[in-house]
Formats: sequence, structure tokens, C-alpha cells
Amino acid sequence: MSTADPVTPVLTKRWLSPNSWRLSVYEQLEGYTAVKKALSKPPEQIVALVKDAGLRGRGGAGFPAGVKWSFMPQNEEKRHYLVINADEGEPGTCKDIPLMMADPHSLIEGCVIAAYAMRSHHCFIYVRGEVLHCIRRLHAAVREAYDAGYLGKDILGSGFDLDITVHAGAGAYICGEETALLDSLEGRRGQPRLKPPFPAAAGLYAAPTTVNNVETIATVPFIVNGGSDWFREMGTEKSPGPKIFSISGHVERPGQYEAPLGTTLRELLELAGGMKDGVPLKFWTPGGSSTPMFTAEHLDVPLDFEGAAEAGSMLGTTAVMVFNETVSVPWAVMKWTQFYEHESCGKCTPCREGTYWLAQVLERMVEGKGTEEDIDTLLDVCDNILGRSFCALGDGAVSPITSGIQYFRDEFLALCETNKSKQSESALVGAQA
Amino acid sequence: MTMAPEETETEVPEGHVKLIVDGEEVIAPKGELLIRTAERLGTVIPRFCDHPLLDPAGACRQCLVEVEMGGRPMPKPQASCTMTVADGMVVKTQRTSPVADKAQQGVMELLLINHPLDCPVCDKGGECPLQNQAMAHGRASSRFVDTKRTFPKPLPISSQVLLDRERCVLCQRCTRFSAQIAGDPFIELLERGVHQQVGTAETAAVFSGTPAPEPSDMASKTSSGAPFQSYFSGNTIQICPVGALTSAAYRFRSRPFDLVSSPSVCEHCSSGCAERTDFRRGKVMRRLAGDDPDVNEEWICDKGRFAFRYAAASDRIRKPLVRDAKTGELVETSWTEALRVAADALSKARDARGAAVLTGGRLTVEDAYAYSKFARIALRTNDIDFRARAHSAEELDFLAGVVGTTPDHVSFAAIERAPTVLCVAIEPEDEAPIVFLRLRKAALKHSTKVVHVGQWTTSSVRKTNGELLACEPGGEAAALDGIAQHAKDLDAGLAEAGAVILLGERAAEVVGLFSAVQRLAERTGAKVAWIPRRAGERGALEAGAAPTLLPGGAAVSDADARAALESAWRLDAGVLPSSPGRDTTGILWAAATGDLDALVVGGIDPDDLPDPALARKALAAAGFVLSMEMRPSAVTEHADVVLPIATVDEKSGRFLNWEGRPRPFTVTLEGTNALPDCRVLDTLAVEMDADLFTQTPQASFADFERAVSAGRSVVRETNGSGTAEHSRPHAGESNGNGKLKLATWRQLIDEGSLQAGEPHLAGTARTAVVRLSAATARDHGIEPGEHATVSTERGELTLPAEIADLPDGVVWVPARSPVSIRTALGVGHGGAVSLSGGTA
Amino acid sequence: MTEVQDSVFDADIHAKAKEIISRYPQSRSALLPMLHLVQSVQGHVSQEGIAFCGKHLDLTDAEVSAVATFYTMYKRKPCGEHLLSVCTNTLCAAMGGDAIYRKLQEHLGAEGKPLGHEATAGTPGEPGSITLEHAECLAACDLAPVLQVNYEFYDNQTEQSAVELVDALQRGEKPAPTRGAPLTDLKSAELQLAGFFPEDAERFAADVDGPSAATETLRGAALAQERGWVAPPMREENA
Repeated sequence: MSTADPVTPVLTKRWLSPNSWRLSVYEQLEGYTAVKKALSKPPEQIVALVKDAGLRGRGGAGFPAGVKWSFMPQNEEKRHYLVINADEGEPGTCKDIPLMMADPHSLIEGCVIAAYAMRSHHCFIYVRGEVLHCIRRLHAAVREAYDAGYLGKDILGSGFDLDITVHAGAGAYICGEETALLDSLEGRRGQPRLKPPFPAAAGLYAAPTTVNNVETIATVPFIVNGGSDWFREMGTEKSPGPKIFSISGHVERPGQYEAPLGTTLRELLELAGGMKDGVPLKFWTPGGSSTPMFTAEHLDVPLDFEGAAEAGSMLGTTAVMVFNETVSVPWAVMKWTQFYEHESCGKCTPCREGTYWLAQVLERMVEGKGTEEDIDTLLDVCDNILGRSFCALGDGAVSPITSGIQYFRDEFLALCETNKSKQSESALVGAQA
Repeated sequence: MTMAPEETETEVPEGHVKLIVDGEEVIAPKGELLIRTAERLGTVIPRFCDHPLLDPAGACRQCLVEVEMGGRPMPKPQASCTMTVADGMVVKTQRTSPVADKAQQGVMELLLINHPLDCPVCDKGGECPLQNQAMAHGRASSRFVDTKRTFPKPLPISSQVLLDRERCVLCQRCTRFSAQIAGDPFIELLERGVHQQVGTAETAAVFSGTPAPEPSDMASKTSSGAPFQSYFSGNTIQICPVGALTSAAYRFRSRPFDLVSSPSVCEHCSSGCAERTDFRRGKVMRRLAGDDPDVNEEWICDKGRFAFRYAAASDRIRKPLVRDAKTGELVETSWTEALRVAADALSKARDARGAAVLTGGRLTVEDAYAYSKFARIALRTNDIDFRARAHSAEELDFLAGVVGTTPDHVSFAAIERAPTVLCVAIEPEDEAPIVFLRLRKAALKHSTKVVHVGQWTTSSVRKTNGELLACEPGGEAAALDGIAQHAKDLDAGLAEAGAVILLGERAAEVVGLFSAVQRLAERTGAKVAWIPRRAGERGALEAGAAPTLLPGGAAVSDADARAALESAWRLDAGVLPSSPGRDTTGILWAAATGDLDALVVGGIDPDDLPDPALARKALAAAGFVLSMEMRPSAVTEHADVVLPIATVDEKSGRFLNWEGRPRPFTVTLEGTNALPDCRVLDTLAVEMDADLFTQTPQASFADFERAVSAGRSVVRETNGSGTAEHSRPHAGESNGNGKLKLATWRQLIDEGSLQAGEPHLAGTARTAVVRLSAATARDHGIEPGEHATVSTERGELTLPAEIADLPDGVVWVPARSPVSIRTALGVGHGGAVSLSGGTA
Repeated sequence: MTEVQDSVFDADIHAKAKEIISRYPQSRSALLPMLHLVQSVQGHVSQEGIAFCGKHLDLTDAEVSAVATFYTMYKRKPCGEHLLSVCTNTLCAAMGGDAIYRKLQEHLGAEGKPLGHEATAGTPGEPGSITLEHAECLAACDLAPVLQVNYEFYDNQTEQSAVELVDALQRGEKPAPTRGAPLTDLKSAELQLAGFFPEDAERFAADVDGPSAATETLRGAALAQERGWVAPPMREENA
């Protein structure tokens, strides 16, 4: 168990330095030292190191990165590709964009190391299109890295070649799903692909491909420099390392707090100065809207992959959205459902039609035109979507609804027509939306 | 220690696995999809996106089942259309799993929330997979009480396909078919999420709120702005599991339960596709693709699907016509009278300078055989030719070797399996569309190398991932001879087992090509398949409707073969004519110059012939012309007697497809009183004191088989016969003073007489253009998109110019544009032409 | 290949299209950036734009339309000089995003009618014209409620600050974003999304150096610095 300090700035440490995005600043702050080390070792050793460190994917699913890397073929019969998933769009999630804005070179250095470990010579950074400043910084950083010999042919005299292409998306949440991202990167509609084949066998251009999250890859240079034992000094046995917790909503000091995995909301709230204006906590998400919501009951749930799951949710992206008592749960659930409806790719029936239906029922309920049967219908439609959709978007779409009804059924009942007379004057945000 | 095995384990054959489906142990081939395994056991799992011939999509989620692997249940229900069998797998379908059953009911309910309840007016009603499966696997009633998504409807996505987006369940069968099978992505998925819809670039605008384009502008276009023409779009209507895609020609015409269905065979090209003809009250309402894995799988081209209305044309000839000597008009008369007039005239001609037979390319084996026997017995001549197109003596020699070959030689399956296919003088998409689909499948699924000897990178080349071996028109033989030296890869590929050379009808226009093909085949071991363009050609060849060949392929000059045939036909010895007859051009030349007194003409369009002018002259000059026709034509204009004959729907018979595979069919429309050619000829022969024994197609075929086996009993002479040469200009080609060479072939959809009366089909015909290289255009001052004029001393043709990768000094024009290039210019493939810019 | 130059896209844009294609192992990957390029010329994806992409990538219009209509950032109608996106996803909405959006709808509306989603106040393309949209989560939740002009961030907004911003834009001013480069217009932003940044090094450096270090972004690191909290030190042999 971690004995680390409450906040452990690793990825976020350089952010405090003026012009932290510039190569010169990065180099002054141990930048590009890890890559030198890594390029002097055999690729398998890097994969083993990342495995030993227990680094788990920071994009939400938490799959061990080293294991994922080891799925890549050892041969180079086909070109290998490394693709960085920088399509940050999960509601509440806001860690990768500030990371790339503040410290783009840490991602680039991580890319060089990861690409070397997986024998890839072309890396794509797929950034969502709406974050122009971030894209701009990445372009500038890639340019600087080429000029300094950290990218291109024979990097630092190692004989290893790598090109990085920064690719702007065009507005589609589903492209955060790795196979949809690959289709999008191939110039297609971003709809998820059938698996198998998995990307490591047939990914981008049907060639072996690994897709990793920004934060995951940006962590790699530190593991190379610090070693796996050092990394494991933070976090928990199964969820080691530091993690950027993005705290937003009704807290005094929202922001990015890099703390060891396993930190609880109670601890995070202390860091963030507590609930805004002292208004009590009502509900929160541990890692974005697709992770079932928690309540004040869950203040002491350790926020690591296991802890969140045991408590009935998921760690997700550690996007901690905090809502106080002024917010109507049915309204919040309706808003999220409208989001999933808007972002459903349309490929499979349950997600496409289900989110359309759920949104209408919720909209009707929030207008006060719901019935008690609607609640049962909502839950049953959720049951018909969960685990029946093509990809995880459908599963994520039902999380707010099922968890919202689980913890706040009374609020849904209060919106039903039959209960209107009993309804007290509500002052909840959005309750009259 | 007693450890006797209680039961012997079921043997699992190599390449198979053992699994349990609904409690039943089953052996399945590796790679089989669960949905098929269940189907073999008699359990139909409901599905929409799944189609056996399309790559799995897993999109509709209707086919969910529960799966256990290695004793552990998978956490979620799995799509049985994407999961393959595995050893030790335990599968529970809706029959035994409440989870699967609920999942299926749940998906069905979701599919229906936005589906309109317009089944009573929907074309698909009564034959709708959604309707049927909703009854079998859906909830009794919907819980959906909110607002359904609506769309304006219907949108025309081509001139023959209409799209109703409200009914669409987004299974993507149509878009996947278009992209994967046809290679024509003219429709695509548009928009996202619940707004997702099938459409064209033009229909996309309809949803976005920008001013809706005119319906006529919604049909798919290519990026150059030209209408997107797919020859296969009709298949999307058939595989649509709901009523979202409907046929402009069939829409609102009938109800499935009012229709009688009859298996049929397509009469258009030499593939011989299995079809299903649906009719109501004596009228064919639609044609659908039949399922024949050996031939057309489940696809047909749009010509095969939509071009059947000629049979119901108002100008059908139903009664015999005889030309009135006084008025010069054709007048209806009785069969007795017409047959008498024809028999008298033909007998007289036979006994004078002779009568000859031109059968045309659309006959069944039975009908072609009747013409063949009629010529030999009633007219006592070998002057008969089925080739109503450019032809050569060299071709006839080659064809003698084609007779009798079966699918064991080269088949559709052999094309699919071939390591290399060389296409010579054939544009598969235009001339044999189902062969094209197999070539594409071979290229995509089995990485078959497809090489096209031709003039430019046509869509057939592109969509078969093919290579072009470019040559000048007429230079194909030299190109083949050069392969050994200049295309060593190809040469090696052709030497691999299973390599195939496909040869089209255009080969007859290239001097020396047949022998070049044979040289190449002999040297490499590649098998050669002759793929004529028309449905009746291969059968007519087999039936001996050729000047040098008897039924079954023996040479007319072979005395033993003649004797055997005389015996089979119960004729006196030595009565069969022994000298080779005239070919089509020879017959026309003789008729035009007074060397023949009469012509018996089947379904022929003079404009298809190498020299239409000569044909018209011959028809005019012949003392007597008997036309056997369905509708008035250029031949009936000159005919002295017209005898009406049955369409394919009205008779039985068989085509022999290019593989040599019999494609039999029965009568679809009973009781029309229309007579097949064989019956008419049989009666006519009786009037001339000859017995054909072809009263019915069945009798004709039995007699044909007797004749063929008689021929087989004799040792065949090596066939070096050659047609009787007569003094005549070579194939009517005027070489003019042109400096450019013409490449040409017929596009699939054009002015052919069997495509009459179907404007929706005609709407998808490819635009006629002049294709030429950029340099040729520049040299002649022609701007792309502007008009170019191709001319000979005979005449000229003006069409829009399009740049393509042709050799310099070559122009390509479709053989019908819509006027026949033979009629307009008097030249064919390889002919010399002149070129100028603009309208001359 | 003979190029038919069309009136909408000049030789420079055709050259840029080819440059985009050269970035990728397979040309079709160029489609998304190329649609951004098309928008940098016209401010939306028109039928000509679709045909332009189709010609360069050997795709049918239907194939290009399929992609263009899938992504939210490709606009189907001509847009204003500026695109103003208000995040109305749940968290921003609860923090005031919904109210800001409603306020701007009214403020930019005409004849008593609020401006609709993806509708334009003013004449599209004219100076000061603004296209308004509500957007999904823009990944700046700690700075809620946020909005963007031409995809540059304006953080911690209020109804009043948003109205002031809009008024300034309509006057032809270009208020600096909280995080981002000096404001230009939507078409210029789209050119950058296509991967084309200012040629001029100084101008590019100024763009790149535009502010990003929001207090919220740095809060955790600053707190640690203040309290003396650090990550465990790396051992020598590894450091």
C-alpha cells in the first residue's frame, strides 16, 4: 500500500514551469533522458519493464499496458503502428488535453519509447478536433523533436526511425473506442470494428497496431527513468502508480490533482477545498459519465480499478464530477442520456434505438409527464442495451440511468404525473428544464 | 483395474470441432458461424444484417445467443452471426436460454420503435423478414409511446431503386453488397446515431435541412458529377430485409400472396443465372435472383432482373402474318395459311438456288436444334449460322473444340479458385456480369491475379484489382504472343495449376487471336473458356446451328458422322449435305447477290451484324424471307411471312451456359398459346414433307440427345474444316482513310431489343462517350467533356469525349451509342477511324 | 493526371490536398483533414467540397458524404465568421452552461425568436457573423462552464461574460481566449485543423505560446509545491 504523499506530481510536475511546452524547458527538466536509456536496451526489455511496473491503461478500461504491448508480433513482416488515443471526450474527463498542452514532449518521448518497444516506425496521435490549441502545441513539439533528432531517421544515433503524424479528429465521441478510432484514422466513419481480429493482429491498415491513451504513454518515460519498483511506491498492488484525478463541479478548487491510485473522494475533496459554499454532496462519478454514479456513501471507496469496481462502479478516467444537493438527478441523467443519443454511432440496434427511446422517456419525465411504469421501462430497456450493444458505448449509456434510479428512485417517482400533487416546490437545477 | 470406456467418443474429423448447441452435440467445420451451425440443426436464429454471402457485420444484434467456453459462461450474449464454432463450446439459443430469448425480444422491440406501421401498403408486406421475425420472436405489443423518427419518403437513389428511410433497420446489407460484392459504393450510411440512414451524397442534403434537391437529382453521382451506374443495384432490393428499398418498376404493383412464383433461367447473357419469375394473371410482375451456388450464387445483374417487359409489349406479334402481294402490307392470317405459304416458298427456293438459316443468339438448345435440323433436312443445306455478330472462320475452327466441354473444364467455381485469370477480348462487367462478380470475389477473397488484355483501365479492371495488359485494338494476338517475353510473372501465373483464360465474342474480330490463345494455353497449360455474350450461343453451337458443324460438334464434312446422324434421324444414307455451309456474312452476301433465294431468320437485329447495310440489302433482295419473331423488327419489315414465337416465359427449354452447364426451365405462363420455335419449325417441316420430331421442347431435346450420341459413336475427324469461302469483302469492313484505331464492345444496358419497355432500367445505362488518351485528345484539339466526332467514309458519330488511359491513336466507343457503330461507321473493333473535335 | 481546376478550390488548395495525402501511408486517411481543408475555404462542407475530396482520393460522393455527415465538426450550412460552441453537457450545464446557451440564443436571436442550434446571427461569412451551437463535453470540466470560439477556449464563463464576448465579436473585435492562440476566424482555425500552421515562425511561436496554464490546470502541482508533497524520489541507479 502506498505511503506516498497525498499529491504526487510526476506527470504534472513540469506544468508549473514557464513555457513548459517548449523543448528547451523540457530538456532542462530531464526531458528526453529516458529515451536515451530505452534505445540502448532491447525492445523486449522495455515491454518487460512496463509489465513489471503494472502500468494500467489510463483511458478507462485499465488493461495492463505491458501485456497489450506484448500482443504485438515480434516480427516485422508488416509495418507496425502505434496510435495514441487523444480523443478525450468522456464527459468529465479533462486530463489528456491539459497534459498535451502543458507537456507535449512527455507524450512524444513516451511515443518514441513505446514505438521502439513495439517495433513501430510510424506513430499517429489522434487528437479530437475541438482542441485546437492542444493540436497546435503538439504540432510545434513534433516539429521541435524532429529538428532535435528525437524523431525521424536514426534517432539519437540508435538506428531507430520513427515518424509521428498528428491527426485532428472531427467531433465524434465514439472515436475514443479504439477500433472506431482506427476506422476514423483510415478516413472512414468512426464505427467500431468486429473483434477479433484485435488491433495487435490487424489494426490500422490491417497491420499490427497498438492504441494507447495519452496519459499511459506519457507515464512511460518516468517508468524507464524510475524503474518499476519506484512506480509501485505509489498506488496499490493491482493499480500502481500516480494518476491524474480531474476534479470538477461543486467543489471549492476544481482542477487537476495527480495522486496515487487508491486515493478516496474524501481525500480528494480535502485537496480541492471541500464542497463549494459548503452545500452538501449529492452524487459524483468516479471516472466520467459512463461509470455508474456514487453518492456520499462512497466517500471512502479507494479510487483504484478494484475499489471502484467492488463498490459497483468503474474507475474509468478518474474524471471526478461532483454534484451538490441543488442538482436534480433525473435531469442530470437525462442530459447524459441525450449526450449518448447524440454520440451513438448508429451501427448497432440497441445503442442507436435504445438511447433514442431512453432520452425521450427521460425528457418526458423531467417535464413531469412520466409514469411509474416509465421507470420500469427505463430499467428494462437498459437491461436490453447493457451487454447487447456492439461496443461499450451502449453499456456506458445505461450507467447513469441504472445507477441514478438505484440511488435516487424517489426523485424519479416524484417527477411522475401521479405524484405531482405530492410534489413539493422543487429548487433543483434543471428540475423544471 | 477396470476402466472400460463407457461410450466411444464421437470421432471429430480433421478440420472440425465438436460443440453443444441447445443440448445437442454437433460436429461443425472450423470457421463455421454459430448461426449456420444452429440452422443445420433446424434452429433458425432471427437475424437481419447476417447474409451468407456478405462479410459478417454484427450490427443488428438480433441473433444473440448464450455461449459457454471452457466451462465458463461468457458474461454477455454473443452475436451468433459473428462468432465461429470452437471445440467444447456450449451454445444456447432462444430455444433453451431465457437470456437469449429476452435479448432477442429486446432487440426486436428496439428495431420496431422507429419502424412505421405501414405494412398494409408496403411492398414487402407478406414476405418481410422483419414482419415474420417480429411475429416469431417479438413482444406482443410495444411499450414505446413516444415520437417515432420520420423521414420524407421515398427517395429515388437510382432510376430503378427507391429508398424509404423510415422502414430501414440499418442492417447495412445494401451498402455492404454495393461495396463488397459489386464494387459500386453508390449508396452509403450517412449521418450518425439515430439519424443514421442509407443514402446517396444527394440525399444527405435532404436531411440536413438545406433545400431538398429535385427527386431526379437524388440518384447517386460519381465525383465527376455523372450519374453513378451500378449494374447490380437491384440485388439490394432483394436482400433488404424490410421494405426500405423497393423497385420503381414493381412498387405498389402487387402483393406477394397474389403472385405465383416459378423458377426460371435468365435469357440475356451466357451465364445462365437461376431466377425466380413472379407472375400474376398471366403477366410477369418481377424477376428475382435464384439461389444457385454453382452459377450466380444469389445475385443477378439488373438486366436479368428488370429486362422482361418486352414480352408484355403491346406490339407483340400473336398471329402469323403474310405479306399481301397487292398492298405490300403484312396481314394477319391463319397458321395453316401462313405455314403453307412459307413451306411452298421455302421448298421452291431450296430446289432453286437454296435457302439459308440465321438463328440469332437467344435460342434455347431445343429451338436451336430445331433450326439446325430444319436446315439440314427441310432445306438440305449447311447454310446456317447462329452468330448474329462479327464472326470469323478461325472462330468456327476454335468453336469446334469448345463443343462438348462441360463445367469440368472451366466453371464459375474454377474462376474463383484460379490463381490467375487472363481476360482476353472480353469486358466482363458489360458482357458477362456474373462472371465479373466471380472474378471480383476471386480477387478479393482469394487474391486471384486478374489480368485484362484490353485498351484501357475499365471498371472491370479496377474492380477485380486487375492489371491491364494494354494493346491496340486488333493487337491482342501479338500481345498474347509477347507474354512469354514481356510479362514473365503472368506467364508463370498461367502455368500454375488452375489458371484460366477467358475469351469473349470480340475475339472473332481480331485476326489470329484464337490461334494465339491456343498457343498460349498449350504452352502454359492454362484452360481456355469461351464466354459468348448471348444466352443462346453456346447451345446453338452444341445443336449444330453452324455451317461446318453437326449437332454434337462433328464436322459436316465427316462422312462417318453424317452417316451416324442419318441413321439417328432415320434418313436415307447420303442425303445430308456434305459441303460446309456459308457463315452469316456468306449467307447475307449470297442473298444480296442472288445466290440464295430464301432466308429463315430467327431473332436478329441487323444492326448487330458486322455489316448492317449488307444485311438490309440481303433481306430486301432475298426472294423470300421467313421471320420467326416476337415483335416487329427490322427483319419483319422485309419478311414475306412472320411466324410468332413464344418468349422464355411462355415455353420450356434449356440454355447451355458458357460453362456448358444445362440451364433447364419450365413454362412460367401456361396457356398463352404461344409456340416455341421448335414447334413452329416442326410443323413447317411437315408442310415440306420433312419430319423434325421437335413438336415439343421435350421431344426436341430427346432427339438432340440421340443425334449427339450418334455423333459420339464415330471417331471424329480432326476439325480443320473452315467455312466455304465466297468472294466477299472481309466482314464488310471499310478501312477508310482513318488513322486511328477503334476499340469497341457493347455495354450491358443499351438499346438491345430484349430491354425494350423498361425505362427504369434504361435510366441506369452508362452514358455513351468517346474515350481517348489525353495526347490523342490534344492532338485533335478535343477538350474533355466537349464533343468528339469519330468518322469513316461510311458516316460519323458524335459523343462527349472522356480521357482514359488508352494507347495514343486509339478511340473507344460503345458498340451501341445508341446507334449501332456498325451502322454508323461500318467498322468494328480494330477498325480504322478518323477523329475530330466538336460536332463536325 | 489532368487536373480540372474548379472555381471554388484554387491551385493552392489542390496542392495542400496533395500534401495532406502525402502524410499518410494510405491516401484515404487524408479524408478527415481534407474535409477540414474544404471548410477552411468555404466555412462548411458543400457538395463541391465533397466532390473535391472524392476526386483527390478516388472515392465516390456517397463515400465522402458518409464520412462528412458522421462528424459533428463538419458543418453542412455556411457558418459565420466565428463558431461559438457552448458546452451544455451535464456538468457544464449544471454549472451554468445551459443558462449561458439560452442567454446567447436570445441575445443573438432576431424578431423575438431565439437563435437555433447551428444557426447564424448575421450573414454567414460576413465579419461579425456568429454561428451558435451547443456542444458536448469539451474536456475542460474543471474550468466549467466553458465555451469556445473557433475551438479556442473561454473558461469559467458567466451569462454576462458570454454576452460581452459575443458583443465584442460582433463589433469585429477579437477578445483573447483564456487558453489558446490570438483569435482569428473559423476558416483560419479549420486550416490549422487540416494541419497547416502559419509559415511565419514568429507568428507560429506566438500562437503556440498563447496561454494555457489555467489556475485549475496547475492546482494539484501548485498545492504539492506549497505543501512540500512530492512523488517518491527515483533511486540513483535509475535516475
